[in-house]
Amino acid sequence: MNESLLTFPKGGIHPPDEKELSQNCAVEVMPAPKEVEILLHQHFGAPCNPLVKKKDLIEEGDLIGKVEKGLGANLHASVSGTVKGIGFSAHPLSVKAPSILLETDPDAAPKSYSALPWEDLPSQQLLEKIKAAGIVGIGGAGFPTHVKLSPPPEAKVDTLILNGAECEPYLTTDQRLMVEHPEQVIEGAGIMLRILGIKECHVGIESNKPDAIEAMKKAVSENPDNGARILIDPVMVKYPQGSEKQLIESITKRRVPGFGLPFDVGVIVQNVGTAKAVYDAVVYEKPLYEKIVTISGRGINRPANLLVKIGTRLSDIVSYLGGIRPGLSKIVMGGPMMGFAVSTMDIPVTKTTSGVLFLTDAEINSKPHGQCIRCGWCLNVCPMGLSPNEIGIYVEAGRADETSRFGVFECFECGCCAYTCPAKRPLVQFIRLAKMKSKR
Amino acid sequence: MADYPLLTVSLSPHIKSGESVEKIMWTVVACLLPPLILSVFIFGVQTLIITAVSVASCVAVEAISQKLLHRPVTIKDGSAVITGLLMAYIIPPGVPYWIPILGAIMAVYVAKHLLGGIGFNIFNPALIGRAFLMATFPVAMTSAWLPPIRDLSIFKYMGSGVDAVSMATPLYVLKHYGSEALVEKFGSFGTMYIDFFLGWRPGCIGETSSFLLLLGGLFLIYKRYITWHIPASVIVSVGFFTWAFAGDTLFTGNPLLAILSGGVMLGAFFMATDYVTSPSQETAKIVFGVGVGALTVLIRIKGGYPEGVCYAILLMNPLVPALEGWFRPKRFAPLKGTQK
Repeated sequence: MNESLLTFPKGGIHPPDEKELSQNCAVEVMPAPKEVEILLHQHFGAPCNPLVKKKDLIEEGDLIGKVEKGLGANLHASVSGTVKGIGFSAHPLSVKAPSILLETDPDAAPKSYSALPWEDLPSQQLLEKIKAAGIVGIGGAGFPTHVKLSPPPEAKVDTLILNGAECEPYLTTDQRLMVEHPEQVIEGAGIMLRILGIKECHVGIESNKPDAIEAMKKAVSENPDNGARILIDPVMVKYPQGSEKQLIESITKRRVPGFGLPFDVGVIVQNVGTAKAVYDAVVYEKPLYEKIVTISGRGINRPANLLVKIGTRLSDIVSYLGGIRPGLSKIVMGGPMMGFAVSTMDIPVTKTTSGVLFLTDAEINSKPHGQCIRCGWCLNVCPMGLSPNEIGIYVEAGRADETSRFGVFECFECGCCAYTCPAKRPLVQFIRLAKMKSKR
Repeated sequence: MADYPLLTVSLSPHIKSGESVEKIMWTVVACLLPPLILSVFIFGVQTLIITAVSVASCVAVEAISQKLLHRPVTIKDGSAVITGLLMAYIIPPGVPYWIPILGAIMAVYVAKHLLGGIGFNIFNPALIGRAFLMATFPVAMTSAWLPPIRDLSIFKYMGSGVDAVSMATPLYVLKHYGSEALVEKFGSFGTMYIDFFLGWRPGCIGETSSFLLLLGGLFLIYKRYITWHIPASVIVSVGFFTWAFAGDTLFTGNPLLAILSGGVMLGAFFMATDYVTSPSQETAKIVFGVGVGALTVLIRIKGGYPEGVCYAILLMNPLVPALEGWFRPKRFAPLKGTQK
């Protein structure tokens, strides 16, 4: 481990990265499935209202959902075909959620886009394009990108950080994107710098992706110089390096205060995948309706990085990749540290799905947990300096409402504590319960 | 719909480290075995018998206690084995073989399981076992010392009357007769340091070999199962306070002798570091260790016993919750109004 690499000051863990399963699989385009289910509530913010009705004919890229009130992002058809109905889909978190079911027209030609010049457009118009394309932060909670790129005027933003850390084990979407389309990511960053009216951009990439670092450096050197300063910063391989606040501190040494947002310290963070989506939205006016998803784990026949239509069901992905393998015991949407386990394969891919992991018994540890032995390892790995051990004991004793003094609300559920715990205690679960039961 | 097995659904994280309570405990057991093997060559094979009785009775008492209290039986986790080993290591090598059985009942049933089982005991169970035996069998526990064997006659003390061969420990001699008597009995300081470091001195079964205990302790630190904070602060403070206060005048005590005798090494690496009964925050660990060191020296100089490590740790154990409260980890980006 190279100690001179940038990193955050406290806590963190080194889980096996498992990226070798998929990091050398070039992104392949998965053909559109027969049907797609597009959830009206894709991410953080308000759900969309459907703009189509049953039997409507729609084309790939058509606007099919819109947020009337509040924070949200537009929704677009990912295939050409017919609206089969507006009903409910299986949902990883809310069990059932409203969705639009589209039947794919197998004969429809894929939509083509041509590049448009953007350099002379005013910022406001660039923002409008991003908003129209329904871009959200595709690395995490799915915060609408046009909102994130419009910080309040009193915030003195001077730095854009592109998050290419991809610290979650297994996931390789960002890595493949940076290896295969670095120039698009860099141009996306250029667009965002223009919108923000700033010059400095740092791209944080964990040092276990030398191919991505190399490709991005090359793309920066070939990028037409328009006064922007784009730096590729290799960061230490340490989970949760890609967490927003940890990455900001690693690169800028600025600490985002509790309850604060990155722009409070003059920074805006966007995922490299979001930068590419911004590029597509501005250069091609192409909405966000397909995305790269890592399909990995030892429970799937053929791990891959797939470009899938949003709304593609997990079951279609599984059949495309040759089915599951014996021993499969958990399906996780997202990374293994912060993703969520699902109970069915009827669930569709959303704008924020970065990976689908098919994990076998050997990969997960499903041993029952024991009592806390007070080893204190969770204190050492918590990047926020909290006491997960105490919170867990309080919650078990039925005193969850007394845990705010241990800082439960600062916890962003990275899972380092539960990963490390030798007694296999479900500390994140305890903390979530504590958050529900205690008052801020 | 594709056929697939029943899926596990649980909250993140979905992967866990390979560490487990069992792995930690059995590693500690492995680190404790070399001193036991050496004790056979120092005090004879009866150390093996006493230790076996101690371990077997601790494991049996753990199983019975958990049955009685309707809790899952967890003897496989190795923690009762550690208690058994540690308790045997701190009783003299010439005691009757049945003595550890009584200690095991007190240590494992009363001090551990009646207080909630692993994770909830306030005091170190092995030390409670020893303290109980000291109170109930003071003669056996304070006089069954044996002179070290130097000719490999490891069956020498089997069945023989222990009283006939009993030999006072260095700390006892030092406390009651002074350092001249010590030199008379154990040879020059140079000889003493080497003998004590290797383990050839009268003392409890597993406490004498500073060398092997140090090796085991360093391995645990290397494995990151324990940190340096408690062992270092115990050893350094025993040395410092002895140097400062144990001599005829201030700053004339012999720190090296103090560290190499009694149970300092065993206590510092294997007892004061017990997860459950020691603090987990780093500053608190150092305060705890210094407390153990200071109390050890205080008991050695002013107390009724020549050795104080056992009671020093037992006295610091109940302070652990308070120490954890005083030295909370530094919160990274505390939210307003919740800092405490």
